[in-house]
Amino acid sequence: MTGDPYKDMKITKGAVAKPGTTLVNKTGSWRSEKPIVDNKKCIGCGRCAKFCPDMAIKETEEGKFEVDLDYCKGCGICAEECPVKAITMEKEDK
Amino acid sequence: MKKMLAGYDAVAEAVKACDPDVIPAYPITPQTDIVERISEMIADGELTSEYVRVDSEFNAASTAIGASAAGARIFTATCSQGLKLMSEPIFSASGMRLPLVLGIANRSLSAPLSIWGDHTDTFAERDGGMIQFYAEDVQEAMDNIALAYRVAEDKDILLPALSCLDGFILTHVQEKVDTFTQREMKEFLPERDPVHTLDPSNPTTMGAYARPEHWTETRYEVQRAVKRSKDKIGEAVEEFADVFGREYGLEHNGLLETYRTEDADVIIVALGSVCGTIRYVIDEYREKGEKVGLVKPRVYRPFPAEELNKVLGDAEAIAVMEKDVSLGYQGGLAIDLKSALYSNGSRIPVLNYIVGLAGRDVTKDVIKKVVEETKEMRGKDPSDIGLEEEERWEPLREELLPGDKDD
Repeated sequence: MTGDPYKDMKITKGAVAKPGTTLVNKTGSWRSEKPIVDNKKCIGCGRCAKFCPDMAIKETEEGKFEVDLDYCKGCGICAEECPVKAITMEKEDK
Repeated sequence: MKKMLAGYDAVAEAVKACDPDVIPAYPITPQTDIVERISEMIADGELTSEYVRVDSEFNAASTAIGASAAGARIFTATCSQGLKLMSEPIFSASGMRLPLVLGIANRSLSAPLSIWGDHTDTFAERDGGMIQFYAEDVQEAMDNIALAYRVAEDKDILLPALSCLDGFILTHVQEKVDTFTQREMKEFLPERDPVHTLDPSNPTTMGAYARPEHWTETRYEVQRAVKRSKDKIGEAVEEFADVFGREYGLEHNGLLETYRTEDADVIIVALGSVCGTIRYVIDEYREKGEKVGLVKPRVYRPFPAEELNKVLGDAEAIAVMEKDVSLGYQGGLAIDLKSALYSNGSRIPVLNYIVGLAGRDVTKDVIKKVVEETKEMRGKDPSDIGLEEEERWEPLREELLPGDKDD
């Protein structure tokens, strides 16, 4: 997506927008902690991605999982849910 | 066709005639009989709606919103705590401009728990962009369902609408009503023609996110739509009268009705079923030659400010009798009425009677006392009375109140 889709957006009845408009809102900036995935421990079960409330965890080609830090808000649910403790939360340096 | 129906049966009959596509349902007294009756209609093959048995009122409202977003006509019903649980999603429905019609069997809010009726549940939804109809009798409760669909689904409106009837007093009373069939209803209520729909081949995002640069304007659009609904209600009652022969305040845009107000110097303003008893008391006063009248708003939102000014402008004193209180100030109807009157330059004194909470009977004697006290206000300026003196709980059983030192 190029440019800011909100720039000239008109109000429709019901604030209906094209899908994907909110991709420009990089909510990762809200984060105070970020998840670090240890791929050596990861068993590829995908619980982290299923539980992520922002769909910010995606499966990689190797069957592991990586966090999209543009949208991860640092809630820590993935670390809580990981059955092999492969995810740890680390303070963001800001 | 004339039938003897309980209020809940009549609402269910009206819903059947309006033929919704999806009905998510969750029980709560005294509404339960409405959705129970509808489930029987579907089981008996009289109605083909998709009936969704959900696990909470939150889910009922959310399912209704999802179905409405997909273009469906929907119905659900609730009251009291159930309406509170629906409240969060319904505020979204008005922002997303999704028409919903809800039957509300008005019931008080906890605590303490009560299953009996008053208007505190729907008045608490005042600011949510919902159209609110109030019925005086079973026939009006039934007809308001059809009017609610007609206005809510209008392309210029697209809002949730609450069609309210007093819990037990109307839901569980049997009255003779004129019913309508699906075929007759088609003359009055066109099929829903949605503006935006959820469609996988043409995806849209509804109500997802607005920045401060946009949000104010989206709310302003809802404000305009609710205000516009006044004229649409006016058009709808006219056409309703043409098709079904029953009239609801045609000369007041369908927003209110009057009873013996033409030359009245004392006027009572009240909503819903209590108006029946008030009419009776007014007749007694009229027989004695006393000029007392009634104004019955049929909708609370949009607020009929201009229409109220027109019918109340020549009164010398007004009593608002309402089954609601905005705790910390006065009753919601009185607050709004005074704002409408006094912004229009009026100085008519308004007394605010809090009555009939949680099903307490509003008797002829209570109404007579209200009229007698209001007569005393004639010739006074509101500032002679003052806010504290205006607010009267009738009756208030002071002997039940704890003393300041009691636990």
